[in-house]
Amino acid sequence: MEYMLFICSDPAAPEYVAAEDNIEEWVAEMESRGVSRHGDRLRPVEDATTVTVRASEVVVSDGPFAETKEWIAGYDIIACADLDEAIEVASKHPMARFGKIEIRPVWPLGL
Amino acid sequence: MDSGLTDTRTAVEAASSGQTARITATLIRVTGDWSLAEDCVQDAFAKALVDWPEHGIPRNPGAWLTTVARNRAIDRMRSAASEKRAVGELAIIAQLESLEERGGIDPGAEDDRLRLIFTCCHPALPLDARVALTLRTVAGLTTGEIARAFLVSEATMSKRLVRARAKIRDAGIPYRVPPPELRAERTSGVLAVLYLMFNEGYSATGGESLIRESLALEAIRLNRLLVSLLAGSPQEPEAAGLLALMLFHHARRNTRTDDAGDLVTLEEQDRGLWDHAEIAEAVALLAAAERLGISRRSRPGSYRVQAAIAACHMTARTPGSTDFARVALLYDSLAQIAPSPVVELNRAVAVAMSQGPEAGLDLIEQLDQSRSLEGYYLLPAAKADLLRRLGRRSEARDEYQRACELAPSEAERRYLGRRLAETSSASSSLSEPKRNSRTPAIKEKK
Repeated sequence: MEYMLFICSDPAAPEYVAAEDNIEEWVAEMESRGVSRHGDRLRPVEDATTVTVRASEVVVSDGPFAETKEWIAGYDIIACADLDEAIEVASKHPMARFGKIEIRPVWPLGL
Repeated sequence: MDSGLTDTRTAVEAASSGQTARITATLIRVTGDWSLAEDCVQDAFAKALVDWPEHGIPRNPGAWLTTVARNRAIDRMRSAASEKRAVGELAIIAQLESLEERGGIDPGAEDDRLRLIFTCCHPALPLDARVALTLRTVAGLTTGEIARAFLVSEATMSKRLVRARAKIRDAGIPYRVPPPELRAERTSGVLAVLYLMFNEGYSATGGESLIRESLALEAIRLNRLLVSLLAGSPQEPEAAGLLALMLFHHARRNTRTDDAGDLVTLEEQDRGLWDHAEIAEAVALLAAAERLGISRRSRPGSYRVQAAIAACHMTARTPGSTDFARVALLYDSLAQIAPSPVVELNRAVAVAMSQGPEAGLDLIEQLDQSRSLEGYYLLPAAKADLLRRLGRRSEARDEYQRACELAPSEAERRYLGRRLAETSSASSSLSEPKRNSRTPAIKEKK
């Protein structure tokens, strides 16, 4: 199954410590296990743009679609045997310690 | 109802409590379809209620029920498969057809039931859904029964179950016994679900009390099943500890309220009416769990310690002969395993009982000042009891008053009101209150 990990900030989490950020290790392990499909960081919400089309008119606005204290800082698409493996993969990600990670199953459109 | 029909009902009910989990678990493993499995098992029991009075109770009810449920599953999958021509479903039908029928027990059935329990209690499911799904799928209660037990409509409960099954399928929650590295964590999750189920039934004050009482019994039954399925594993002692704890609570079920429905505290309960067979079983279970724990080097978890505390109370002939020094020590270890201000409060009461009211009062004062139990009525209630024992009656009255204002239910307010009245009348007549003058109210704390 494919899952998407939303790597999120969390104001309630312990402060980020660069020395404890082992993201390279995580990426290396997940790539060698064949779990990692694709993933990266995202620019901060200040760089977000939201688009809507209403009555055929394109409306562009600055900023994210939802104003929250938690925002998505990165994403990963992973392929796992089941949710338990996805949980294990997410729990090893450094941002599980400095933020939080939401796991969502990919729902293929089947086109 | 004639006796033949009663016998049949009893036989169906016995089979239901013994076989539901087994048959459902096997059908889920083979078909991967939770609602199909549950429906087919329910259909099999419905058919038994019609068939058995007419043809007699089969020699092996479990095998009979498995065959009927399996055939029903095959029929349903056949008609679905012919519509969709699904190759995968045909393979499942073939597997169903080859299901071992001997004794109604599939060779993998033991594992299947454990698999089922762990999956129902997966932490990715909402807690209320874990409880509901366990009752539906493992215990075989109907959706209507579970809805009544939790005081929600059948539609609401049905939706909760549908959503839980959908999440198991769509989020890829595995149907399996967790691997060793997850076993400890997931087992404590299962135990938490069972204890919640037990308390939901046991501490029920509202609702249909009979239905809710059956929740407590189901929790005990499921816990027994879990203990037997976990035999030989490092998690067995803690599961047995929880079973002992439940039995200790349950043994007091008939003495917790008086005829008027008012609460009766532990020390005022008629110990002759406690269920002494259950107490003896709990004591034996706990002793075995402790021996096992030592031999497997598994340190006691919070259930084993709570059961040991309950054992101190439940094996004392009179409230006064309770080994409160041991209770205080056990609360010390509980505070280390599962720190909480409620545990601290209970420890303070035990210290008061073993070392005298001043020592306990000091600890309660500290807790009161820390405000960690603000709004919790048992703190002023315990404080009031100790103040009364020290003869500081006007302070005691103030604390009873404070407890009364915070009490969550009418029964508790009545109890505290009685204490307040006793303290007031005693202060004017300078006599001891009529009942329970030596011991403070240790309210049952689970």
